[in-house]
Amino acid sequence: MVCEMETDQTEEMDIEVLSSMWPEDVGTQADNQFNVEKPAGDSDTLKEVDIAEKRTMADLKRLPELMNNTDQGSSQLTNLVKQWEYMQDHAVKLLREELKILTRQREEAEAKELKIIEEHNFETQEPENVPVLDDTSHLFRKFKHKKRDALVGSKRVEIDEEFDTVAYWKQKALSLEKMLEASTERERRLIEKLNESLKTMESHSAPVEELTQNLKRAEGFLHFILQNAPIVMGHQDKDLRYLFIYNKFPTLREQDILGKTDVEIFHGGGVKESEDFKREVLEKGKASKREITFETDLFGSKTFLIYVEPVYNKAREKIGINYMGMEVTDQVRKREKMAKLREDNAVRKAMESELNKTIHITEETMRAKQMLATMSHEIRSPLSGVVGMAEILSTTKLDKEQRQLLNVMISSGDLVLQLINDILDLSKVESGVMRLEATKFRPREVVKHVLQTAAASLKKDLTLEGNITDEVPIEVVGDVLRIRQILTNLISNAIKFTHQGKVGIKLKVISEPSFASAGAEEQNSLTETETSVWIRCDVYDTGIGIPENALPCLFKKYMQASADHARKYGGTGLGLAICKQLVELMGGQLTVTSQVNAGSTFTFILPYKVATSDDHSDDQDFSDMVDHHQPEPDDTTEGYFQFKPLLGSIYSNGGPVIGNNFLPHKVMLTSPLKLINSFVTDSSNNTAQSEMVQVENGGYMDETCSGPCPSKETESCSSSQASSEGGVLEMESELTVSSRVEEDKTETSKQPKILLVEDNKINIVVAKSMMKQLGYTFDIANNGVEAITAIKDTSYDLVLMDVCMPVLDGLKATRLIRSYEESGNWDAAREAGVDIKTSESEQVCVHSINRLPIIAMTANTLAESSEECYANGMDSFISKPVTLQKLKECLRQYLH
Amino acid sequence: MNNVVAQLQRQFHDYLVSLYQQGFLDNQFSELRKLQDDGTPDFVAEVVSLFFEDCSKLINTMSRSLERPENVDFKQVDSGVHQLKGSSSSVGARRVKNVCISFKECCDVQNREGCIRCLQQVDYEYKMLKTKLQDLFNLEQQILQAGGTIPQVDIN
Repeated sequence: MVCEMETDQTEEMDIEVLSSMWPEDVGTQADNQFNVEKPAGDSDTLKEVDIAEKRTMADLKRLPELMNNTDQGSSQLTNLVKQWEYMQDHAVKLLREELKILTRQREEAEAKELKIIEEHNFETQEPENVPVLDDTSHLFRKFKHKKRDALVGSKRVEIDEEFDTVAYWKQKALSLEKMLEASTERERRLIEKLNESLKTMESHSAPVEELTQNLKRAEGFLHFILQNAPIVMGHQDKDLRYLFIYNKFPTLREQDILGKTDVEIFHGGGVKESEDFKREVLEKGKASKREITFETDLFGSKTFLIYVEPVYNKAREKIGINYMGMEVTDQVRKREKMAKLREDNAVRKAMESELNKTIHITEETMRAKQMLATMSHEIRSPLSGVVGMAEILSTTKLDKEQRQLLNVMISSGDLVLQLINDILDLSKVESGVMRLEATKFRPREVVKHVLQTAAASLKKDLTLEGNITDEVPIEVVGDVLRIRQILTNLISNAIKFTHQGKVGIKLKVISEPSFASAGAEEQNSLTETETSVWIRCDVYDTGIGIPENALPCLFKKYMQASADHARKYGGTGLGLAICKQLVELMGGQLTVTSQVNAGSTFTFILPYKVATSDDHSDDQDFSDMVDHHQPEPDDTTEGYFQFKPLLGSIYSNGGPVIGNNFLPHKVMLTSPLKLINSFVTDSSNNTAQSEMVQVENGGYMDETCSGPCPSKETESCSSSQASSEGGVLEMESELTVSSRVEEDKTETSKQPKILLVEDNKINIVVAKSMMKQLGYTFDIANNGVEAITAIKDTSYDLVLMDVCMPVLDGLKATRLIRSYEESGNWDAAREAGVDIKTSESEQVCVHSINRLPIIAMTANTLAESSEECYANGMDSFISKPVTLQKLKECLRQYLH
Repeated sequence: MNNVVAQLQRQFHDYLVSLYQQGFLDNQFSELRKLQDDGTPDFVAEVVSLFFEDCSKLINTMSRSLERPENVDFKQVDSGVHQLKGSSSSVGARRVKNVCISFKECCDVQNREGCIRCLQQVDYEYKMLKTKLQDLFNLEQQILQAGGTIPQVDIN
């Protein structure tokens, strides 16, 4: 038997092979009724052999039910029945034919008999033997025929006696008796034959037996095919209760399944979906396939491809569904893996092409930026000429309208210059050209300087203040240049948008912010060797504020809060973008909070290394200059600065000088004694106070003094604190003079000593001529070394320093000079290879204390940026070519 | 007599303006002219001739440096260009200065061909300017000889 070929179940087959294919009963009866084939018990041990045997018993019973109830069932059965009918028809046809032949034979025989009788003229009255069987039945006809044949013979018995004699009748009776006997005998034989025939008929032509055989074969075939297939089949009624299942999950008993729905049997993912799907099929009446992944406690994660078709009864009413599921978990997994691989591949390809595109774009951008930088530079040179000339023009005699026009021209030109500078900066940052430098600097000085600078060009009634908490280190290491740039930018921004109140800078130490500790790997490597400190810097104002919706685009390039603001306040819209980029370049973060009409606060937090005394930066000269700083100026520890507006400023033209106007209207260092601005701080710094007293005694910064106090002097004051008494006094007298000289400096008896450091003799000639026209004379040094030598021997009031020079350039020379001012000796210069006689260095100490104003003369190239000039200790710069007006402005600032 | 002066003055004015317009000169030249006063009546001419001397000297040096087909001392050339650029910028020799800018770029990338081309251009430009300015000074002299004053020329 086929079923006995049963082998081990494959791994995929979780479901035991079950017996029958069809529901045995469509009624909702107790399950033992469906269970005829097997005993309710451990289904695992169930063997097909048993099932096969039992099935045969059940088949006969089920057939009519199937036929009655299902289309599918009936169609199959109809086939079988048709086949049987055909066979029966065939048999009938054969029998009919035989009958026909027999009938013909009989007729022939009768005709023959008649002929013989006629021939012999045989007249007989005796009745013929009446056939007892109906001659419609062919069987009996046959027998009759045979009987006739036999009869023919017997009829031939002649009666020898004379007619109507006793003997005759006797003889006749005798023969008749014989015939009767034979007839009876025939009858008996016929009955026997009939019985026999009936018996064979019964055994031969019953359709049931044949159908059963056929079904058995069909089922055996299905079993053979399906027993190892990962297929589960079932039939469910219209409430989706199982009426039949094949290959169910082995641990489930039949009772556990039959009469129940999926949801009642299984729990977990996919069950509901499959149930819904079946219901959908049932409702729509259309067979359908779907792949469903089950996630059940029973058999884990398995994916089945499920085929469901609705089942109708004869009346075309839905009575349930047939359901077939094939386990395709591995296939699905493979497919998914493939899909994933393909997807990954696609993603990788996309990324690759994206990357290529990015690279391409980046290259293009870099090129564009480089071009932009070059262009900007090329534009700047002639533009500075235009602006410069316009400035000069503004000093000539002009009528009101002309002046207005000129002012517009100057401010426009200024804006363009600023824009170009910004673009240059930005492109430097973005193209990665900008490198950060680590130099020591003093945060307090930087803040003060920035505020001072801002105060100098302040044209509004604003108070500028700086506040630095005590824990901020005196010296830190960072890129002071950029930090100053950021501060300056933020402050000038704040001033621009503030019409009254104050603008200020607040510095305090904070703990390491979260964004930094997130990517702290590099940070760690830093902290191993040096301590770093995070300083938070707030630049606050009481200005117009920024509406919340404008905050997001605030740091975008070329964006301002609104078009109205851009019109009203001007500006390039690049400043904040640059600030943000710079801050981020330095590993910090720039944020803003603001309230409309109340003010804004820009906050940037940056990490700094804390300077240690043994820490030498690359910049030997510069660090020397800081390290060997003998006198400790008070503003290294000073924590508060304030700059109050001076109304009626004399700087009415407010000319856009590329350099800074170092003309603070009033510098106020923290001291309760200086009540000019009725401002008091809690200065705990005694040295600061005592210094201030000295200054006040000297007549400087009188309460009634309304003249501008040049920053040079202020700086001198502050830096001279630790110097000898005599030095201070001498300086005071100088200051007294200079503060009164402002208006008519040409009358001053003291001719300021100026040193021009320039290697180009044409430039020298031109400068000389200009100086002459301005009423000054000057000494000339042709390079940095000559300049240092000259400064060592003579006390100058101002140095005009070319940046790019042979032998020793302006930047280096300035650094060396500054180093000398701080340390009082020329060691740094000597280290740098400048030949200086030792004996002379001692006697210069008084002058060395004063900070010598050094003005750079730059060609405005990338290599000679203004920021670099500041970083190297220069106070201001004049862009080349030097014009009369620029020179005049500059001299006015630094010589009084 | 006055007619002659006025004519010369107009001629001078037009000529000077044309020099600006053609880009030979820029505002720095005006600056220079402003510096000239009674005390130094020949200031501009002096500075300019100094400049031309400088030019010829620097160009000679540079051409010598660039003569060698290999191992050109670009540093030396660069320093020359720098000088020339500064000088031309100071006197307002605009075209010379502009050539110097590209000259310097060539120098930065050590492009000998470019340098030579620029050098020739500089040579041409400075000589051209020299001729033009000589004409200008001649006109000045004529005006002065005719008893006129050098007119202030407003460049716009």
